[in-house]
Amino acid sequence: MAETHLSPRNIPDRLEGRSARLLKSWESLLLVVACLIFLGNSFASPYFLDPWNLSDATFNFTEKAMIAFAMALVIISGEIDLSVASIIALASTAMGYAVQLGFDTPALVVVGLSVGLLCGIVNGLLITGLGLPSIVVTIGTMSLFRGLSFIILGDQAFTGYPDSFSWFGQGYVWWVFSFEFTLFVALAIVYGVVLHKTNFGRAVYAIGNNQTAALFSGIRVGRVKFTLFLLTGLMAGLASICLTSRLGSTRPSIALGWELEVVTMVVLGGVSILGGSGTIPGVVLAALIMGMVTFGFGLLNVPGIVMSIFIGLLLISVIALPILWRRARRRLAH
Amino acid sequence: MAKLLKNRELLLVGAILVLIALIAWRFPPFVAPANLARVYNDTSILIILALGQMAVILTRCIDLSMAANLALSGMVAAMLNAAFPGLPIPVIILSAMALGAILGMINGALVWKLDIPPIVVTLGTLTIYRGLIFLLTNGKWINAHQMSDAFKSFPRADLAGLPVLSWLSVVMVAVMFLVMSRTALGRAFFAVGGNPHAAVYTGIDVGRTRFFAYCLSGTLAGLSGYLWVSRYAVAYVDIAAGFELDIIAACVIGGISIAGGIGSVPGAVLGALFLGVIKNALPVINISPFAQMAISGMVIITAVAVNARAERRKGRVILKKAEAV
Repeated sequence: MAETHLSPRNIPDRLEGRSARLLKSWESLLLVVACLIFLGNSFASPYFLDPWNLSDATFNFTEKAMIAFAMALVIISGEIDLSVASIIALASTAMGYAVQLGFDTPALVVVGLSVGLLCGIVNGLLITGLGLPSIVVTIGTMSLFRGLSFIILGDQAFTGYPDSFSWFGQGYVWWVFSFEFTLFVALAIVYGVVLHKTNFGRAVYAIGNNQTAALFSGIRVGRVKFTLFLLTGLMAGLASICLTSRLGSTRPSIALGWELEVVTMVVLGGVSILGGSGTIPGVVLAALIMGMVTFGFGLLNVPGIVMSIFIGLLLISVIALPILWRRARRRLAH
Repeated sequence: MAKLLKNRELLLVGAILVLIALIAWRFPPFVAPANLARVYNDTSILIILALGQMAVILTRCIDLSMAANLALSGMVAAMLNAAFPGLPIPVIILSAMALGAILGMINGALVWKLDIPPIVVTLGTLTIYRGLIFLLTNGKWINAHQMSDAFKSFPRADLAGLPVLSWLSVVMVAVMFLVMSRTALGRAFFAVGGNPHAAVYTGIDVGRTRFFAYCLSGTLAGLSGYLWVSRYAVAYVDIAAGFELDIIAACVIGGISIAGGIGSVPGAVLGALFLGVIKNALPVINISPFAQMAISGMVIITAVAVNARAERRKGRVILKKAEAV
């Protein structure tokens, strides 16, 4: 959805220095917030600072964050993918079905990833191939993908995953570092490098800032966007493997409403919903903040739906506050 | 003739008739007038909601919080009734509509005054409104026996052969038709969505028009809240969960362009009816109700693909090739 800017832009006389910009950046604000929440949590509950508790806390965000990295790229390019939670459901259903057919762990991983990839291809083809708006397409596929798992499962559940499969969601690589957390760190590095250090990453920013200009400067807009939707599908497949392995069962309502939390994570991380700006470190910090807030609330016995109110308020206020702040500063300057 | 074929509303009427014919072939009693009236009655709430969503989408915005707004307003209506059984029904309906309008205003104000993208605002308020129901009730249900008879029977009451619920949706369609075609506000919805810059130069306040669109969708969601709760005679946190997608689907099927500026009241009504016919037909032709979600998904994608082709042919877009990629 294109937004219109009707006010003239202020162009400063000179740019600020590198360190000044770093200090004023969204990411440093997030870092401060993350530290405050960490401190607050350690005072609020005596159980918070235990390494194993903290390790458990990471499961709150690792799966969502995997998707959030790919989603960040999609949103930076000016599109959105609301079907990710449904892809998780469909991939999980497919894996459950494969278990019934007698498949073993390696085959299950292949099934999960390829269903995710396939869903990403469907989204990508509809959006870049037919040139349809991503928000409607992914609202449609969100209904379609989860609908397919409802057709397959109805009110039943798939269980009976092989023991070796549980490692992805419950296993530890070293000491308190779970497989999921290790994967989260690795993916953060990969996505950070791809977005900030490669031509592909620059192309993503260029498309988000001005698609027409990007096209005229020789970027294959369609191909880049297609790749992004494919990546998001793949990440949803990966998250589905981790989540299914952690829960040990599949219901069609698995990961219901996660698309909202993933988008919130990305936007909280400083990615502009209008496209064109945002960083991976920001998303990492946002994931940590959301994970710690949920975990802290959990330790304090706050019900889940109250946490979701908090997430909703967080989503609106992180966007509203900078706007209000900028306005207040402009008023002071005049 | 060729012009007639390109008329989206007529195409949709044709599609609905074909659909009904197919169902009648498998299950003839479906086309009995009494049953068709039941299908319409069952779709009434969706029609009312689709009208509100249409106004919002026309202005290039989107309201994902409508179902949550419906649930919150409906819950408050039920609580009012449970606490004061003597309260006349019109008062309850008006308070549900007023609460809906306020919730819509919150969305509208955030979009207007703070320039936050509509999808973010309504994604946020969607969870907040639903969470508020939990805070209000502590997760408790309000069941049929806690509601007064007048509260439950109002939408069912028979008026010239049709239930009041059906008549209410007919009235809302007529009112919205007049608003969209005969008032400055209705025309402003189209102008703002068609070209916001041009709208500014013609003296239309873009933000304020969007604000009014959200007020409208909120008010209609509030009304639907009472209707939903009284019709199903139960209120709890999760009523109408996920219904926001059905509402948007109805609009998309009805040819309302998500890019704003294109759409019509008959389109929204027909889009809602299309979904309503499918939903009511699935059980009678022995398709699992679990298939409904996947079918709506397919229908949304098909509809948006068909609409996009039709819009592109009109050549509204300047620099066609560049933007079509």
